[in-house]
Amino acid sequence: MELTASLSLVRPEIILSFSALALLLLAAWMDQAGRFISILAVVALGAAAALTVSSLGSGASASAFDGLMVNDAFGNFSKLLIYIAAAVSLTIAPRFLEKAGAMRAEYPVLIVLSCVGMGIMVSATDLVSLYIGLELQSLSAYVLASFVRSDGRSAEAGLKYFVLGALASGMLLFGASLVYGFAGSTNFAAIGLAMDKEVGLGLIFGIVFILSGLAFKISAAPFHMWTPDVYEGAPTPVTAFFASAPKVAAIALLMRVVLEAFGSQVLVWQQIIIAVALMSIIIGAVGAIGQQNLKRLMAYSSINNVGFILIGLATGTEQGIAAMLVYLTIYVAMTLGGFVCLMQLKDKDGNYREEFADIAGLSKTRPALAAAFAIFMFSLAGIPPLFGFWGKLVVFNAAVAAGLLPLAVIGISASVIGAFYYLKVVKVMYFDDAADVIAESDDKVLVWTGGILAAANSPLGYFAIPALGVWTAVAAKALF
Amino acid sequence: MNAADIPVLSIMLAIPMVAAALCLFVRAELARPIALGATLANFILGVVLWISYDPAGAQWQFTESAQLFGPIGWKLGIDGISLTLIMLSVFLMPICIGASWNSIQKRVGEYMAAFLLMETLMIGVFAAQDLLLFYIFFEAGLIPMYLIIGIWGGQDRIYASYKFFLYTLLGSVVMLIAMLWMIQFAGTADIPTLLNTDFPVQAQTLLWLAFFASFAVKMPMWPVHTWLPDAHVQAPTAGSVILAGVLLKMGGYGFLRFSLPMFPEASANFIPLVFGLSMVAVVYTSLVALVQQDMKKLIAYSSVAHMAIVTVGLFTFNQQGIEGAIIVMLSHGLVSGALFLCVGVIYDRLHTREISRYGGISVNMPKYALLFMLFTMASVGLPGTSGFVGEFLSLAGAYKVSTWATLIATTGIILGAGYMLYLYRRIAFGPQVNADAAAMQDIDGREMWLLAPIAVVVLWMGLYPETFLAPIRRDVATIVERIERAAPAGDSKLMAVDPTTARFRVVHEPKKDVAEGSH
Repeated sequence: MELTASLSLVRPEIILSFSALALLLLAAWMDQAGRFISILAVVALGAAAALTVSSLGSGASASAFDGLMVNDAFGNFSKLLIYIAAAVSLTIAPRFLEKAGAMRAEYPVLIVLSCVGMGIMVSATDLVSLYIGLELQSLSAYVLASFVRSDGRSAEAGLKYFVLGALASGMLLFGASLVYGFAGSTNFAAIGLAMDKEVGLGLIFGIVFILSGLAFKISAAPFHMWTPDVYEGAPTPVTAFFASAPKVAAIALLMRVVLEAFGSQVLVWQQIIIAVALMSIIIGAVGAIGQQNLKRLMAYSSINNVGFILIGLATGTEQGIAAMLVYLTIYVAMTLGGFVCLMQLKDKDGNYREEFADIAGLSKTRPALAAAFAIFMFSLAGIPPLFGFWGKLVVFNAAVAAGLLPLAVIGISASVIGAFYYLKVVKVMYFDDAADVIAESDDKVLVWTGGILAAANSPLGYFAIPALGVWTAVAAKALF
Repeated sequence: MNAADIPVLSIMLAIPMVAAALCLFVRAELARPIALGATLANFILGVVLWISYDPAGAQWQFTESAQLFGPIGWKLGIDGISLTLIMLSVFLMPICIGASWNSIQKRVGEYMAAFLLMETLMIGVFAAQDLLLFYIFFEAGLIPMYLIIGIWGGQDRIYASYKFFLYTLLGSVVMLIAMLWMIQFAGTADIPTLLNTDFPVQAQTLLWLAFFASFAVKMPMWPVHTWLPDAHVQAPTAGSVILAGVLLKMGGYGFLRFSLPMFPEASANFIPLVFGLSMVAVVYTSLVALVQQDMKKLIAYSSVAHMAIVTVGLFTFNQQGIEGAIIVMLSHGLVSGALFLCVGVIYDRLHTREISRYGGISVNMPKYALLFMLFTMASVGLPGTSGFVGEFLSLAGAYKVSTWATLIATTGIILGAGYMLYLYRRIAFGPQVNADAAAMQDIDGREMWLLAPIAVVVLWMGLYPETFLAPIRRDVATIVERIERAAPAGDSKLMAVDPTTARFRVVHEPKKDVAEGSH
């Protein structure tokens, strides 16, 4: 009875697990089935997403498997975001991977498995289930990074990601063991109770290690070094995936750990989060300035954005968490849009281009693509009236409400540095003479996905604010 | 016409927006008439707005309110000050489109779209009654202007566009934090409510500084004015007109709408800072203007000097000074816009902004020389033109607060006469040393239609300023009443003494008839 109840609470994960296995079997019996399996995987993700949608507005929360996992509004909101991001990554991939000769059925299967891991991550309420989810996601990601086996860069990205990711996992585990040793439990609620009484040095060490490990996973400075290399080397659709879904999962996981397990001692982790946030904002902004490769630029941009998101966590308030979820949602739309634009940069021979020099004067030859790219860049820079501005606004609003004025002022001033390189992309596309290397896009899927995402980032997105506000507020409430 | 029935302001925002979207998809030959039609339609709506505005009616008229975007309220409404600035925007817009009719040949659709978008945002800034909505309109203007300078600008357009964007962005972001704090303190983003909220004095100082960072850059005040000459010189003619005509007014409008009534005590404390910077600006930028070789740069520096008189007028805390500052803003919007158009006229013919490449063109371009003369005089502040009214009022207001500031700010008029007349002499008078300049055609019908309306308004404002003072009088009085409690004491030390007392009586001794006795 207890087991049935628990199982019914993790229906999305069950659906996805069985789909992944079924798709794997199916792939074994079919040749050249990459595209077909991808479609089925998107359907499976859609079914899982449909299950989470129903509970978006409700504040109900139920614990499963004796406190290992929880089904609440926060987890469901994060899952929805993850599934959508993963579905988009699947949709945009086929042409790219076919060109590289790597459109194999394992791609959708790995993404679905990774989504199972991410679902566990965002609903874990125990250090053990947290680790299982994280590793399931990471192992799939390592393989995905080196998915184009024939490409040296891709293989290198996979290896780098694996070695550094393993290091991060090690740090996380070490921290978890320290916390377990000093708090006497791996359950978040129990850790929270233990911390309520007193916080010893051992526990603080444990927290620092856990936070460092998670900072690795969300590519926050100073643990960001792997990001540009992996983003550059991995196949572009995979990079789009890395920049969206796993980032949502890892940040949601960080939020839950910090607030549910360590929530009673805000001062212990607040300084760490503030330092990490500011470092990410500044390193992300400054590091991007010299980049010539657009994928590396997007990597620094994601580091930069993680910094802004973490400002919400630094507040440690419900409002801050809701703001982070709003920002995450918009961030997913912006960054996926950016990568969709990047994937349309093909020259006349059909080769993918990703350098600054290639997009010179793009607005003359491909005005619609350039306009969409410009929208994503201005949105990432947080310039109103684009939707990215709203994300920055709510995060800073939360910081101001929590009395973190210096953090808000420094953070927002540093965003001007970031604006410089986003502007550079617009400048190259609009002001420079046409290099005329980019050919007309023949991929209707990319054009439509890009168009929809651009509309979402345009001022039209503001119409989503009321709904987004309600859902994120309910989701944030679940953590308190 | 009832304001509650028709959302005039929303329509005025929507028309250019729709036209902008249309322009992106049509050929150049169609984009121009669409843009002109939309801006003219907006101008007509502006006239309707002006006529149906009741100066004695409610403080905020044509109000609209809708909760479309959650915390960001779609709240619009205008008072007299907003009305005059909206009028300025909608009046200059068709002229800008006309000025770009022939001179812009590449990417016409996008160009017109950028300008129309700009118009929406400018009207939005002046009509917004929600703090966040205001910020969105205020900041969003950076994107079209960045593109206008960067795509259709001159040689160093890329440097200028970056400088413009980053400078103004850095100024504004801190203001956003201040706004968020204010909204949380007051519990509302509604501007009319915030206008009557008393913020704690300590907080006022920081808030004032945050707003000052943004508006001082936008204004621009010395020493953060350096983006302006670059932006002006590189922008296309119509871009300069809009930049000088309307965008610079957003800084003054911001001081008037936010800094003064929301933070009266802080504003009073910072009077020395504002006056100090303004005094430096008047003298320094006027002297810099005197040595410019580039026409646009000269007018750009003169803009900084004129804007310094605006800031002096605004921070006088009295009716005269503030009314004068608003009139200077309007007048400068018209005059500097017209001067940039005048530069554009001869630039289109000779493709150089170098002053020495011209000379004696009053011979071959008499009509042009006449109009150029009128605007030069208006810029100098000759009585009978709009420049005089505004400068006189704001300096008269300033005299009540600080004699020294007035004295130094007034030198701006003398220096202004110096650099403007010197510019006019070098271009219009003297021997015709350059054959190509001497061969230029006089202005044609299109250019006449651009300059003549501005000339009419400049004279109108100079001869009968009451038309423009009437709608703003009551709103300025409201602001003055609000900031009364912090108003500075004047340094003139006026004494109320009965002039009939002995001290002032002149005693005339009866004259003795000495002349006869000396013989």
